[in-house]
Amino acid sequence: MNALPSGSLARSPGEPLNVLWLQSGGCGGCSMSLLCADTPDLPGTWRDAGIRLLWHPSLSLETGVDVITLMEDVLADRLRLDVLCIEGALLRGPNGTGRFHMLAGTGLPMIDWVQRLSAKAHLVAAVGSCAAWGGITAGGDNPTEACGLQHEDEHPGGLLGESFRTPGRPGTRAEWPVINIAGCPTHPGWVLDTLMALAADALTPADLDALGRPRFYADQLVHHGCTRNEYYEFKASAEQPSDLGCMMEHMGCKGTQAHADCNTRLWNGEGSCTRGGYACISCTEPGFQAPGHAFHATPKIAGIPIGLPTDMPKAWYVALASLSKSATPKRVKHNATADHVVVPPAIRRTRLK
Amino acid sequence: MSTTRLLVGPFNRVEGDLEVRLDVADGRVHAAHVNATMYRGFEQMLQGKDPHDALVYVPRICGICSVSQSVAAAYALRDAAGLTPEGMPANGRHALNLMLATENLADHLTHFYLFFMPDFTRPVYADRPWFAEAHARFAPLQGHHARQATAARQRWFTILGTLGGKWPHTQSVLPGGSARAIDLAERLRLLGKVREFRAFLEQTLFAAPLEAIASLDSEAALMAWWQQAAPDHGDLRLFLTIASDLALGDLGRGDGPCLSYGAYVQPDGQPAMRGGVWDAAQGLSLPVELAQITEDATHAWLDGDRPLHPHDGQTLPDADKPAAYTWNKAPRLAGRVAETGAVARQLNDGHPLIRDAVARTGTNVFTRVLARLLELARVVPLMEDWLRAVRPGEPWHQPTPLPDTARATGLTEAARGALGHWLRIEHGRIANYQIVAPTSWNFSPRDADGTPGPLEQALVGVPVQPGETTPVAVQHVVRSFDPCMVCTVH
Repeated sequence: MNALPSGSLARSPGEPLNVLWLQSGGCGGCSMSLLCADTPDLPGTWRDAGIRLLWHPSLSLETGVDVITLMEDVLADRLRLDVLCIEGALLRGPNGTGRFHMLAGTGLPMIDWVQRLSAKAHLVAAVGSCAAWGGITAGGDNPTEACGLQHEDEHPGGLLGESFRTPGRPGTRAEWPVINIAGCPTHPGWVLDTLMALAADALTPADLDALGRPRFYADQLVHHGCTRNEYYEFKASAEQPSDLGCMMEHMGCKGTQAHADCNTRLWNGEGSCTRGGYACISCTEPGFQAPGHAFHATPKIAGIPIGLPTDMPKAWYVALASLSKSATPKRVKHNATADHVVVPPAIRRTRLK
Repeated sequence: MSTTRLLVGPFNRVEGDLEVRLDVADGRVHAAHVNATMYRGFEQMLQGKDPHDALVYVPRICGICSVSQSVAAAYALRDAAGLTPEGMPANGRHALNLMLATENLADHLTHFYLFFMPDFTRPVYADRPWFAEAHARFAPLQGHHARQATAARQRWFTILGTLGGKWPHTQSVLPGGSARAIDLAERLRLLGKVREFRAFLEQTLFAAPLEAIASLDSEAALMAWWQQAAPDHGDLRLFLTIASDLALGDLGRGDGPCLSYGAYVQPDGQPAMRGGVWDAAQGLSLPVELAQITEDATHAWLDGDRPLHPHDGQTLPDADKPAAYTWNKAPRLAGRVAETGAVARQLNDGHPLIRDAVARTGTNVFTRVLARLLELARVVPLMEDWLRAVRPGEPWHQPTPLPDTARATGLTEAARGALGHWLRIEHGRIANYQIVAPTSWNFSPRDADGTPGPLEQALVGVPVQPGETTPVAVQHVVRSFDPCMVCTVH
């Protein structure tokens, strides 16, 4: 275990939560997503919640030497670091040198900076699936030896190691693993809620799931609130993009297995992947970048999808599916393979009873 | 003459894996070397994948211009499938245009309010007459216009919530159209959101109708418009005031050819913004000869010692390569350096204001930013037209089965310039995938002949004040190109 930060820079109640946000081997998309947070005044929301950005690459004035000085101040215990947010995978290559990502202006690999700053931080958060598991950056043959902060796909370890812990607010005796705000990109609400809860001391390690994800969104399934649920019930399936039907049977959708609240906490006002007409690829899950099949197609054995809902016996699923298919209303069946409603719900001549 | 060396970085704002090495003599930059400091290897990752998987991977090259990457990939797959732009259902074509334009305009807005203008709130400018107003509007996390622009951007992206499910990493962009049909009510609500954005632009950015800005046809007309009101009436006017005071038109000059592939395919298959290669010496836009595009890895930590067309190119790291100083290759057009971006689009599309301004002073910090703002005024009305042309109930998508073998190209325009994907399919799998991003052009290193890239050239002569470690003028030049480093270091 690394040395826990000294208590000399403890955050007192009422003081803002000092957040430093750095980007490594990712696309910047989690930062850009954050700017889409559902608020008319994002900086005001942070300020009112007691969150102070020490530095964020897209949002801060400081550049060059000023940034390096700020990080050195943290390392020298001159500046308190409450939460270190890392966006993007940690690039260990080539051959463990970290040279695939040197922090500009410093001559040092980013993984060195992240390791040293993590040792000073009261909390470390992986923002997005790259920082959590390696994510898309670890795709293919993982040419850059990308990993997450504390996981490599689902395997504990990563850059900081399985036993890495931080103290949270000093004095609470809590031991925190890396907080994995996973998603590709991650939802701005997941990040904001996590930081606001930390600023309010309202989150504990018990509020994280077994993979370190905040349970307020990870205890949900993408399937919950999916507008295609009626099609799912009757196994009325989409056959090509833009069809309205359920995308689980043919189109590769993993919404029944993916931990996230995307269909109840919508994206960009009113969207989600399934509402956008494409399959959930379970981007909050470790290893999503390598499903072992083409993303847009459902792998099947003897016509039965192999990726069935995780908490349902397979035989029941098969029996229920064949039963519900035989009972599919004509409306649901026809609309499933159209891009707009071709058969509207019946209008009954008498009042509903 | 003594030369001192400055190593400048990290350069933040747009995802910032950028380091610039400056040789400074007599208070000016004498030579610049631009280093993209990260490598991710998407071209390697895509090897052997199902070609459709590119549509999941490539948007994740970049969270800033993810739709542009998707569109380039979709166009490449469409090319492989043998489907022409005209063959795509009209609704699908409009949907792709709308999604691309939403992202591109958001990038222009973000660039202006969050990435470029904040540099004028630095203490070094505290004695300028415009400083207090610039600080009040653009100071990071505080400036009231920066905050309003962030809110306008958030509302603007709800358009992609509807059209694309989410942003970034929208996956409704497909070779044969869009996976998301929209209905009549949605079409009307989207139009309402475009009008809402128009209102922000007309009230806060331009203090004028979009059409009035788009119709400015010369620098003289622009200057006359500027003088019609107080020097800070609207953010464009304040920018013109600052640009005039600091002579931004003399800063970061480029005189090379300017490349655009053209953007926003119309029903006749032609782009609404025509592409081309602007030749400054002749004052002409010439057709883009794709066969003349090469990438040279001489000074990149990548395999290869001769220029190759992207169809033949490889991207394999070689971290110990002598003489290399960046992960970026050097794209060249018929062996020449080329600049790309909004200024290149407006030059090739023939907008008289930008042609007039560039004819006088070349591309520079002023004309690059001006072209972006002009594009906001020009493209929003196009989006209104596309939305009106959408026909709910008609098809949005056409299936595009792919052949087992193909060589295909996908070209589009990201906010920051020409984006090309070159794809080879063999045995039904991706055999090669090469990406040449806008920032690859603009931030390219020296090539085999030692010719510096556009930014490296534009930085020569830029002033460095005594004691500056991160020269502010250098920052203006770098940010005028709106670098997207993650695209470059894919």
